Amino acid sequence: MTVHEQFAEDLALYALGSLDGEAAVSLEQHLEECAACRQELARLQGDMALLALVTSGPAPPQRARQRLLKAIVHEPRSLRTVFLRRRWWTLAPVFASLVLAVFAILLWRENARQRDRIEALRADAASNQATFEEAKHLLALLTDPGAQHITLVAAQSKPQPAGKAIYMPRNGALVFMASNLAPLPPEKTYELWLVPMSGNKPMPAGTFRPDPKGDAMVMMPPMSAGVEAKAFAVTIEPEGGSLTPTMPMVLEGS
Amino acid sequence: MAELYDRYSPLVYSVALRVLTDTGAAEDVLQEVFMQLWRHPASFDARRGNLGPWLAVIARHRAIDVLRKRRPQTDLEEVVIAIDADLEGKAERARAAEKVRASLHTMPESQRQALEMAFFEGMTHTEIAAQTGEPLGTVKTRIRAALVALRRAVNA
Repeated sequence: MTVHEQFAEDLALYALGSLDGEAAVSLEQHLEECAACRQELARLQGDMALLALVTSGPAPPQRARQRLLKAIVHEPRSLRTVFLRRRWWTLAPVFASLVLAVFAILLWRENARQRDRIEALRADAASNQATFEEAKHLLALLTDPGAQHITLVAAQSKPQPAGKAIYMPRNGALVFMASNLAPLPPEKTYELWLVPMSGNKPMPAGTFRPDPKGDAMVMMPPMSAGVEAKAFAVTIEPEGGSLTPTMPMVLEGS
Repeated sequence: MAELYDRYSPLVYSVALRVLTDTGAAEDVLQEVFMQLWRHPASFDARRGNLGPWLAVIARHRAIDVLRKRRPQTDLEEVVIAIDADLEGKAERARAAEKVRASLHTMPESQRQALEMAFFEGMTHTEIAAQTGEPLGTVKTRIRAALVALRRAVNA
């Protein structure tokens, strides 16, 4: 640490008590922040003590000793003065420690909060992953060409074309599965229709062609959300589908 | 307290007497300095330096306050002394005093004069400049140079 040269001479005057006015105020402000200059001030006080040594003269009279010893009998002593009158900067390390402690507690709490959030997110992610895996398995089963689709009908009766639509009006999600459908010529296609509850005309809900065994599926066609279905129907339409159903209906259900 | 008094009162008294040139007033300062030490023993602790030098500086400050008829300017607890020389023993103090005298003797007259006016008469640098007819900056430089010269002389 080096003493700041611009204060060096003022420090000597300050030690002697001969600095006043603005210079003294500015030096005191600097001393509060500068340990090197505080140390130099202490050394200058030491230099003054050296100068005091050359004053050796007669010893004080005996009466001065009596006077002092008599006076101290009646005087209380204080042990607290230093702490109470100490300059604020001598307590700076204490304040700094307190501030650091508070800061550390805040950081620790924030850290704990973030850890809780991470745990919650991790649990959510695990749950989502499980749901996703389940959905993936279900989807794989439904769409795998190797999966066996068996339609059960009343015993001893001939299998008839049949379909099942699973529809969620709230978000327009739809899955339709059909079985025992007759094969179609190449220029024809089956088309699924949603018949709205409102009485409006039927809405196209996807075209499909059955596999050689007569099974077919329509999954999640682009449907508007919020349409209540009165019924679903299947018709045979030209390749590419139609905007209005062509009678007769092959399948119908409500 | 009696023991401390016996050890350090000659130093405290001689500083006060040199400044005030009046035995009664010097005795008052002596009394005051030791009463302060008695009342607030914690105001001096080892971090403030050796007790002898500390008492000498306190005595000088109090004596200057009396000389200039002003309220005490220096807070006891603010006086912190750093000193390399060992001044606890009487013999050590005498040796150091000898070096200080030699140093005062060899330093330029104007420097010694400025230091003594500031230290023993409590004159501000402005007053010293006015009295000696020297520029303020010169007076400041001289005072510091003189103090540092004493330090060097004793530590040499």
